[in-house]
Amino acid sequence: MLFELEDVTYSRSGKVVLRDVSARLPVGASCVAGPSGSGKSTLLRLLNRLADPDSGRVLYEGVDVRETDPLALRREVSLVPQLPALIEGTVQENIAYGPRLAGHSFDTRSCLELAGLDPAFAGRDAAKLSVGEQQRVMLARALALEPRVLLLDEPTSALDEAARDAVEGTLRRLRSRTAISIVLVTHDTEQARRLAEYVIRIDGGRVTAQGPTDEVLSDREEEAVAAAEDAS
Amino acid sequence: MSLPLAATSIDVSLGEVAAALALVAVAIVASRAWHAGLEEDIGIAVIRSAVQLTAIGYVITLIFDQDSFLLVLVLISVMVVFGAFTARHRAQMVPAAFWPLLVSLAVAAAATLGLVVALGIFDATPRYLVPVGGMVVGNSMTAAAVALNRLGEDVSDQSRRIEATLALGATSSQAMIPLIRRSLRSGMITLVDSTKTTGLIFFPGTMVGMLLAGADPTDAVRLQLILLYVLLGAASIAALMSITLARRNFFTPAHQLREPPEP
Repeated sequence: MLFELEDVTYSRSGKVVLRDVSARLPVGASCVAGPSGSGKSTLLRLLNRLADPDSGRVLYEGVDVRETDPLALRREVSLVPQLPALIEGTVQENIAYGPRLAGHSFDTRSCLELAGLDPAFAGRDAAKLSVGEQQRVMLARALALEPRVLLLDEPTSALDEAARDAVEGTLRRLRSRTAISIVLVTHDTEQARRLAEYVIRIDGGRVTAQGPTDEVLSDREEEAVAAAEDAS
Repeated sequence: MSLPLAATSIDVSLGEVAAALALVAVAIVASRAWHAGLEEDIGIAVIRSAVQLTAIGYVITLIFDQDSFLLVLVLISVMVVFGAFTARHRAQMVPAAFWPLLVSLAVAAAATLGLVVALGIFDATPRYLVPVGGMVVGNSMTAAAVALNRLGEDVSDQSRRIEATLALGATSSQAMIPLIRRSLRSGMITLVDSTKTTGLIFFPGTMVGMLLAGADPTDAVRLQLILLYVLLGAASIAALMSITLARRNFFTPAHQLREPPEP
């Protein structure tokens, strides 16, 4: 198992965001799905120790993440946030940032290609790119670390349909060409169907369902969820 | 350095001080005319400045009469503590800002006063250490407060970028480098700009004071230059040290960005 969460509770500003969450994420492409404010992004941040739970444990390949070096963990389990947050400078400088910190080599060209960008982007000012292009530079920047796991927080939420399709295509190609595992956060169940093999469904900080995508997001399950939402 | 003190003493009567209040009346009239709502603050400022300066005048007289280095040390220590308290209010977005401010003001005062004495610029006597110490602490406090205020605002505004950098395996120190650069600049820029324009756009206080007291203009200028250079050094030490110490407070030992403190 790639990640396991055991009775995880997390609060922020005095408000409980995740309550007694127990979940498992296998190797491959997984998705954390749920409505806005349900705690999806928070759960993702716990996986590479950008935050620690108040109680409970998060295990990565069977080891409590608190027992790991957070910097090494983040290079191996790389998170791409929901909105672009690039450093000032060129695309090349952004891609070089992580590998230079880690002291290992990288290939800008292949990172850009894997992220679905033309290598000619390397010299461009990152601040002058479109949001969709910046989002793919964020992806290329994470890939430059050669992570084993990619955590993607709503990677297409700020994009139009064409850019969204391009990013999804990029992720599918990435999965087919590398052994990387992906954990994707999305509120779009159709996107979860398109990209993930395993789904955790979360609502109000609690896990409401988890399992293979075709079981959790089956039409019957979807109708049950919709009915429950209507009733509430 | 030894100043021609006998030539630089003048008598100022309370009546002359009271006459200067006419200018305060102008400020109050202007505030009232434009409904700026500053009348009460101006009144408080006038009363506080009179009380505080009169009190410190007596304290300085006592220290000069006693000629005690220990009393100088006590006075500057009190200034450092009050300076740290005051600056903390301007750096409310920085967690536990008091201790970084206290240490940075103390180090700035000790380092700059120690250096000017060691270099033979001033004698280690209360007559020099008290006024120079007061200026050093005051300017250091302003520089550190502005720098930390900027740091706190930047961390709040750029928390997404900081977390994105941490997510790439950066340490908290590495993630803060661009913000530290900007905060240091903010803390220093006012003093640097005023040093650049001194003599052209305004005459600084020490020089004006010496000229009014009848000192030779060359002496007044030289003393002012020394103080400007000392203050630049003190402000840079205070700003850089307060930023360096305070930046850790934004993070946990696991390089996680903490929640900002309640303002």
